[in-house]
Amino acid sequence: MAVADSHDTHDDHHDLYDHGEFIAHHFDSAEQQFDSGKLGIWLFLVTEVLFFSGLFVAYTLYRTNHPEVFEQAHVFLNKYLGGLNTIVLLFSSLTMALGVRAAQLGRNKNCSVYILITMVCATMFLGVKAVEYSHKWDMGILVRSAFNLTYTHPTPTTEIGKALHISDYLVYLCIVPALLLAGFLAASVISKLINKAMLAKFMVAMAITVSGYFLGVVVGVIFMSATDAETGSSHASVIAEQPLMLMASTQDEHDEGDHDEGDHDKAAADPNHEGDHADHEEHFGSHPADGGEASFDAHHPDPSTLSRDVGIFFSIYYCMTGLHAIHIIGGIIALAWLYWRSLLGHWRTDYFGPVDYVGLYWHLVDLIWIYLFPLLYLID
Amino acid sequence: MVDASTRQKLFGTPETNFLNCSKGWKSWAFTLDHKRIGIMYLIGVTVALFLAGVFALVLRSHLFTFDSTMLSDDMYNQMFTLHGAVMVFSFIIPSIPAALGNIVLPMMLGAKDVAFPRMNLASFYLWIIGTGCLLLAILSGKGLDTGWTFYTPYSIDTNTGVIYATFGAFILGFSSIFTGLNFLVTVNTMRSKDQGWFKLPLFVWSLYATAIIQVLATPVLGITLLMLIAEKTLHIGIFDPKYGGDPVLFQHFFWFYSHPAVYIMILPAMGVISELISVYSQKRIFGYSFIAFSSVAIALLGFLVWGHHMFTSGQSLVVTLIFSAITFTVAIPSAVKVFNWLATLYKGSILLNTPMCYALSFIFLFGIGGLTGLFLGALSTDIHLHDTYFVVAHFHFVMVGGTLTALLGGVFHWWPKIWGRMYNDFLGRVGCFLVFSGFNLTFFPQFVMGSRGMPRRYASYDPEFQIFHQLSTVGAFVLGIGILLSFVVLVYAALRGPRCSSNPFRAASLEWQSSSPPDFHNFLQTPVLTDPYDFESQVYDEELDTYIPREFANPDKVAPRKEPVHH
Amino acid sequence: MSEHHDDLPAFCHPVSTKLLFGVFFGLIGLTVLTVATSALGTGLGMPPAFAFPLAMVIATMKAFLVCAFFMHMYWDKSFNVLAFLSSLLFVTLFIGMTMMDTGEYQPTIEAFDINNLANVEVSE
Repeated sequence: MAVADSHDTHDDHHDLYDHGEFIAHHFDSAEQQFDSGKLGIWLFLVTEVLFFSGLFVAYTLYRTNHPEVFEQAHVFLNKYLGGLNTIVLLFSSLTMALGVRAAQLGRNKNCSVYILITMVCATMFLGVKAVEYSHKWDMGILVRSAFNLTYTHPTPTTEIGKALHISDYLVYLCIVPALLLAGFLAASVISKLINKAMLAKFMVAMAITVSGYFLGVVVGVIFMSATDAETGSSHASVIAEQPLMLMASTQDEHDEGDHDEGDHDKAAADPNHEGDHADHEEHFGSHPADGGEASFDAHHPDPSTLSRDVGIFFSIYYCMTGLHAIHIIGGIIALAWLYWRSLLGHWRTDYFGPVDYVGLYWHLVDLIWIYLFPLLYLID
Repeated sequence: MVDASTRQKLFGTPETNFLNCSKGWKSWAFTLDHKRIGIMYLIGVTVALFLAGVFALVLRSHLFTFDSTMLSDDMYNQMFTLHGAVMVFSFIIPSIPAALGNIVLPMMLGAKDVAFPRMNLASFYLWIIGTGCLLLAILSGKGLDTGWTFYTPYSIDTNTGVIYATFGAFILGFSSIFTGLNFLVTVNTMRSKDQGWFKLPLFVWSLYATAIIQVLATPVLGITLLMLIAEKTLHIGIFDPKYGGDPVLFQHFFWFYSHPAVYIMILPAMGVISELISVYSQKRIFGYSFIAFSSVAIALLGFLVWGHHMFTSGQSLVVTLIFSAITFTVAIPSAVKVFNWLATLYKGSILLNTPMCYALSFIFLFGIGGLTGLFLGALSTDIHLHDTYFVVAHFHFVMVGGTLTALLGGVFHWWPKIWGRMYNDFLGRVGCFLVFSGFNLTFFPQFVMGSRGMPRRYASYDPEFQIFHQLSTVGAFVLGIGILLSFVVLVYAALRGPRCSSNPFRAASLEWQSSSPPDFHNFLQTPVLTDPYDFESQVYDEELDTYIPREFANPDKVAPRKEPVHH
Repeated sequence: MSEHHDDLPAFCHPVSTKLLFGVFFGLIGLTVLTVATSALGTGLGMPPAFAFPLAMVIATMKAFLVCAFFMHMYWDKSFNVLAFLSSLLFVTLFIGMTMMDTGEYQPTIEAFDINNLANVEVSE
């Protein structure tokens, strides 16, 4: 504050400047400033933990009261895609930690590289998530009130969807990143033309960051087909129709070749099987456990055998992963700010607080995923 | 000791201070100064108080006769909901911490500002946005009729502006977290050199305890309200029984925040009272560490009692018993405080000025509010009293009789420090008398009504209750006039009051070592660390007509006390 | 394991690259382990009841690694560590107290759905 400085009559006025330009007027030393920020960010993480805790309570409650719902629902989640995302996020944590180290040693250039890698991992995570979400939306796996499982995938109607054989939803989820990518590329060219080299560099980095999203989408789609192919040829017909949008059953276990083809074909052949909501509710009235045993196929449960509350699992799934994704997006914005400051060469051995704080936040986002992954994907 | 000109500079009336060091609306709107932000907060919460107060007067007017047709039933529901929601989320929760605490806390630590000034300003703007969203429920024409608790399943089914209001409360929650987080860090890292935890004024301890709750509990409110919004828009089936959800779970979520939030409201008030009682008795606070730790104990125990709001909700008996038992234990630290205040008053040199009158009112009203809480914490009586006017009276005794009274007392206490001008003590005391008597007239009859079975939140009632409702309505207007009078006295003092010295009441906490009004940086010289309750450390300087620390005084020109201080 | 540079301020503790990579590979190993036990565990004779606790134990080990080394908790002020860990205490309290209760009225909620389905459809 200009006012503050002009008005400053303190003896330690000169000390403020001796400490360096990044020490706010109300702190006495770099250490006091750092300690304040550090405690502040830890307390912020406390609020984040408690913010997520509500969802964990909801999770625990429904898992305790409706274990059958979780048994039935988990087959729709691809644990290999979840595992891939876990590794991507862990790697981003590593590069973040390396970035913090670089900042602590005042190596701004190294720091900027690590932060860029972290951002790319973050967008890649979101890309894989987009594949997962769109896949579920295609099958009618939505929140409780809209849950309407069908094993048919709607035919893509968008031009891109038709050309690439991908879900319309995935196309929609790529619109904003595509616009951002175009915007950043344009901005980098413009910056170059007006001789703002640093800004151009920043915009290029942002474009690279956003392309991480598309990398994630491609990897996700490939990974999904690969893990699905492993599970056998039971739904080869669907694969033939729509090469990239695969069945829910991507799940794994090689020893599960014995499921009933007839049942599955029936479900697939009758897209309106559960179309009528009222009809759907009728089924819910029956005892899912009893009815389920006979025709239960670990990978393609007949929708009518599912508990009527199976949608609640997905409500919780969408709430938890959605909130987590929002935190990732927030993290990317913070990282972009750090990247810009690294380009400006702000970090010094006595001033690296912001990198440290954002790093802690980033690790917390990772930490929450470390728990979400087994809780949502690894139910048996 | 320092020379006379330095003394004049440090403790005399300053030419430049935080109020006039910069001008123009931008110097306020973008200020990072905790004192200016605190004043803006004070103005904000006052607006919220008047708004919600008007809702209350409309309600009370409607209830004047048993067959009143002044408001339709729907309007009545909306009025009490908005009264509750605005009072709780926009007024009481930020009132003492964010307004008074903001101004005083850094100065009590001898610091130049809070640890995160930008976050402090952000907190204020979030408060504005959040309150705006809350009021959008009215402006959108939809209103809000769920009660301030937004209980499911009704809040999911009603077509009123629940989404606006919950989003507003969500934002206000973040505003509150920002303040709390800021205070925790400020107290931890910004204290004066050698200012240990036990040299902090008790107001700081109570704000610290409050901040712990704000940081730990408020995020749960955030996620609860987000889930409610998701439930209302997407029907996720977590709270909505139509989709297999658990409506009582919402109550657990809500009270996990909102019960501790009750202590967000009352703890800072207790801190203010500790300061006032000690200063205006000119006596060391009795049992410092007991009061300090009782604040922390209340904050922590506050997390273990939320189920006592749910005794009749179908909650299991075991949990009910546990919650009831722990509820009784909260009475212990609260009583510790009250006894310590009384012990402080004993043989004190009591100055019955406006702040002290409020402090004494507080002890009386909080005593009643706290003790009636035990009736409600006890299972058998709660079943009878649940959802009656007894509950309404109980929490108004704590929230208004406690928090609002302490806020007014604190504002009067620090008003000369903030503006450098003195209030009219006679009119201030008249205001206090009106507030006290109006308050009792409003809410005492409600205890009687409630115990006779008058349910809360009803737009009409049996004729037998009319006399109590009429007393209550008259009291509400007296209370309103009292608050209005205090408001006028304060505003007049700030603008036209006589100049006052840096420390007119011989207080010993650090904020009184600044000039009145304080400098932009609070202190022109690093303050001398004194025990906040050792009043002997302050001596009367005849030249400056104020109390200053002994270290700064001219030994020839001082007296231990200005004579006569009172009587 | 934190490097000591004489020229660094007291509050600056860079963690060695070696340690960071070590932690990362440990985390990857645990991730593979948890997926593997989930996919194959019951096939190899692990009782199904173990699956969930095992997954949680592995997740907690991973969380420990991230907290201690990536988040520098190992070198941090104990007050900060305490502050963060206290949040877990309150989460436990929140989950614990809520869980103690909710089983009580669950049958009512289930009964509500089934008995009122017709009404529900109308009110929608």
